[in-house]
Amino acid sequence: MKTEQLVTSLVADRARATAPLGRSVGSAVVAGALVSLVIFAIELGPRVDLAAAFATWRFDLKLALVLAALMAASGACVAMARPVATVRWRWGVLPVLLVAAAALGTELAVLPAREWEKNLVGSNALFCLTTIPLLALAPLAVLLLALRRAAPASPALAGAAAGGLAAAAAAAIYAFHCFDDSPLFVLTWYPLAAIPVIVAGTVVGHRLLRW
Amino acid sequence: MLSDPEDLSALMRAARKGDDEAYRRLLLCVAAWLRAVASRGLVAAGRPNADCEDIVQETLLAMHLKRDTWDEMQPLQPWLRAIARHKLVDHLRRRGFTDHVDIDDHTDTLAAPAAAEEGSALDARQMLGSLPERQRRIVEGISIEGQSARDVGVRMGMSEGAVRVTLHRALRALSDAYRKGRT
Repeated sequence: MKTEQLVTSLVADRARATAPLGRSVGSAVVAGALVSLVIFAIELGPRVDLAAAFATWRFDLKLALVLAALMAASGACVAMARPVATVRWRWGVLPVLLVAAAALGTELAVLPAREWEKNLVGSNALFCLTTIPLLALAPLAVLLLALRRAAPASPALAGAAAGGLAAAAAAAIYAFHCFDDSPLFVLTWYPLAAIPVIVAGTVVGHRLLRW
Repeated sequence: MLSDPEDLSALMRAARKGDDEAYRRLLLCVAAWLRAVASRGLVAAGRPNADCEDIVQETLLAMHLKRDTWDEMQPLQPWLRAIARHKLVDHLRRRGFTDHVDIDDHTDTLAAPAAAEEGSALDARQMLGSLPERQRRIVEGISIEGQSARDVGVRMGMSEGAVRVTLHRALRALSDAYRKGRT
């Protein structure tokens, strides 16, 4: 087949661009998170004092933090799915750092030093370390499948970004169950819980996202 | 060639809106550029030029199937170069060539018009042969016999929509075959 003949077939293939990359990544996260939400509703459920928690600055900052992380990870994931590496997504990390710094600064200012360790260790760190990766499984799987349509400059990095995004989505769900609202706890254990998800995304992405 | 940033990006934008003629012009223009890039890449790697048209076709397929990953806010050329580099490196790596390949060394030195396509690539014909019967007949009907999707549908007793769906599958299968199928 001559190249010109192949071009005829490519032109005839009017499979319309299904969706811009950003939208397919977005819908993949939502679809995966819905599965996790069902698991959450059946197995965990929201904390009993949820309404009261909304009135505390610690809980609100925790939510702000996971949402900022979700936005940042979405931007990184879309950027990593393209063949040309861009750096615009890095701006999305800035809000995360700002909220983290503000939360940590406030906590250290208002909390007596002898309380720091207790708040850092929290009440269920191990549970957090296992539940966030479990809740991230479905979003990670859907994301990686969606990214097969993409053309990442580095399949491993795209997988890592997908892992980060899946972990952020899982953290956003888990935050409604977790009683530990101290920024000391959140900034320690949530990122630690994301590590296995990012590693899994990297390993699977390296193989699955080649093109 | 590949020198006017407005032009190619505009062609792709028009193609996205359904302008087939713009898409054809873009693909032919890119194919000519790819031919020069692949040819120089093969020379630099000490490989025979016989593979050239295969690389061109594999890269065109990738560009077509992955066109959603182009960000309209960015110029098209860097995106094209990235895909071309990826496919050239991949092609050479499959043949055991692991040195650094930088197509940017070659892209701006295209003074002479690119060499014309040298016959039909043998492997490309084998690739077509590897497709399932129905997919192969549709690609042959459209590509080689130059029929419209509708005509192919009438001949094969399929709706035009079904022809297009099968054509899309065939192109994906061709792309996969290029990527995995060979030593």
